[in-house]
Amino acid sequence: MFGFPRSQLLAFLIMLAAVIFAPLYFYPVLLMKVLCFAMFACAYNLLIGYVGLGSFGHAAFFGMGGYVAAYSAKQWGFTPEVAIIAGALVGAGLGAVFGWLAIGRQGIYFAMITLALSQMVFFFCTQAGFTGGEDGIQQVPRGNLFGLISLQNDMTMYVVVAIIFLATFLLIHRIVHSPFGQILKAIRENEPRATSLGYRTDDYKLLVFILSAGIAGLAGGTKAIVFGIATLTDVANAQSGEVILMTLVGGMGTIFGPVLGALILNFIESYLAQLGAWFAVTQGIIFVLCIMFFRRGILGELAARLKVAL
Amino acid sequence: MFMIFGYPSALLFGQLLLGLINGAFYALLSLGLAIIFGMLNIVNFSHGALFMLGAFVAWGLLEFLGISYWWSLLLAPIIVGAFGVVLEKIFIARLYKLDHLYGLLLTFGLALVIEGLARNQFGSSGVSFAIPQQLQGATNLGFMYMPNYRGWVVVASASMCLLVWLVIEKTSLGAKLRAATENPAMVQSFGINVPRMITLTYAAGVALAAFAGVLAAPIYSVNPGMGASFIITVFAVVVIGGMGSIGGAIVSGFGLGIIEGLTKVFYPQGSGVVIFVVMVIVLLTRPAGLFGKGGH
Repeated sequence: MFGFPRSQLLAFLIMLAAVIFAPLYFYPVLLMKVLCFAMFACAYNLLIGYVGLGSFGHAAFFGMGGYVAAYSAKQWGFTPEVAIIAGALVGAGLGAVFGWLAIGRQGIYFAMITLALSQMVFFFCTQAGFTGGEDGIQQVPRGNLFGLISLQNDMTMYVVVAIIFLATFLLIHRIVHSPFGQILKAIRENEPRATSLGYRTDDYKLLVFILSAGIAGLAGGTKAIVFGIATLTDVANAQSGEVILMTLVGGMGTIFGPVLGALILNFIESYLAQLGAWFAVTQGIIFVLCIMFFRRGILGELAARLKVAL
Repeated sequence: MFMIFGYPSALLFGQLLLGLINGAFYALLSLGLAIIFGMLNIVNFSHGALFMLGAFVAWGLLEFLGISYWWSLLLAPIIVGAFGVVLEKIFIARLYKLDHLYGLLLTFGLALVIEGLARNQFGSSGVSFAIPQQLQGATNLGFMYMPNYRGWVVVASASMCLLVWLVIEKTSLGAKLRAATENPAMVQSFGINVPRMITLTYAAGVALAAFAGVLAAPIYSVNPGMGASFIITVFAVVVIGGMGSIGGAIVSGFGLGIIEGLTKVFYPQGSGVVIFVVMVIVLLTRPAGLFGKGGH
């Protein structure tokens, strides 16, 4: 089903059941936040896990997608689905610019350039009029889906977010397991060899970068519609760090890992909210522990133990 | 007062001086990054946090032990450098065989921990640090008044940069260091303890960050976020200068500080992003950076 191998099919069914039944047990708004970050982390994983490109600037796409969705829904009266798509398109466009500038450089340089560019976007957002500066864009209406179905109710909104999430997840799965995805993995493993086989590796990397940025924008746009707010937090560098951590904890290069990572970190954040500033310390410690002892992440480790693909 | 390009000279020179001071910090920080990168092949993401730590160590030495600013200039780099040795031995040394990305992520995590702990201890607003008595007041240069401390920062930073450059380029220790950067196995076979050299290089790099931190303490309020706001700009400076070159780090550090200062005069809104714009232009025209060699 959906071209999954057995282990992944099982994992997918578990995830599907969790998405369906979780709102019976948990606050739907928290779950929607988890799903938005799960999309964001999956988008990030597409880049770092499957092509080996470590971007430190993904908050730019996520945050900008949020701003565009919020602004277009509030000021221009876009319906939520159009606003979210607009966010995704702007994310992808921004990704094209970042990618164009950074793709030629490798490893550490790539990381630093994306970080610097996203800092530039952050500065732009602090000063540009449409973002509302420190206040952000507040009281964004959720509106009516397709102009028909009101999303005011949290459960209705949850269903929409869940569908967006599942569609995105399947899209990423499709990308990873397509011939295109195979070439991406070849580039990750040995770029000179991929080049010598006749692939223009830079074109492939740029395309996947744009896809990743577009999905990050989609995630940011969805989050802005759900919460009715878009602020500087989402475009700040700390957000790039968080998505890296989610991907790392869940397992880079596993298809379900980022979803699990997003779930774990969002639950830590929401249940340990009283930690305050200790939260950053906790995050840092998790980072260090993961890198020192647990580089494959939870699902990467599990998959290696069970010798299956997850 | 006279005018230059239709701007009052005092404004122009004032911003030029501010730019030079920022440049002094960019140069010291990117120099440390370049040294560490050359030897360890990692980008030290915790550099900003260690810069901040240097400032807090200077504050703590004064507050609790009554040790003056001048001694702190020497002691804080040593203390933070020793801390760097610990970090390198416990964490970073275990990652050399892995993809460089892991080093970057690890130091990023360390920076979160160090900055988070400082924020818990001191709050976001931080503490203040007085300008040492000998350097209070200002000097009339004829065309502008220069606060003495700010002049000192520029001189101290430039001298330190020059010293480091001389050590690396002109001494036998520097020659060994450069050789070990090129081919560690070969240098090791000459009986030089390369792992220890790597550890000490890391310590020296972060000591430079701490030195910059002490210099910065009286200018900026000593606060947990002071390094984080600097380090990203410094990364852009490093990309512009090119990773390979020590001299490049120094020149582009000061140069970009000045460009930033001038932008504040001519186009204030753009001063936050001008360095990033320069980075984009450099990437498009000279992908290896202004002073870098080779592509990657």
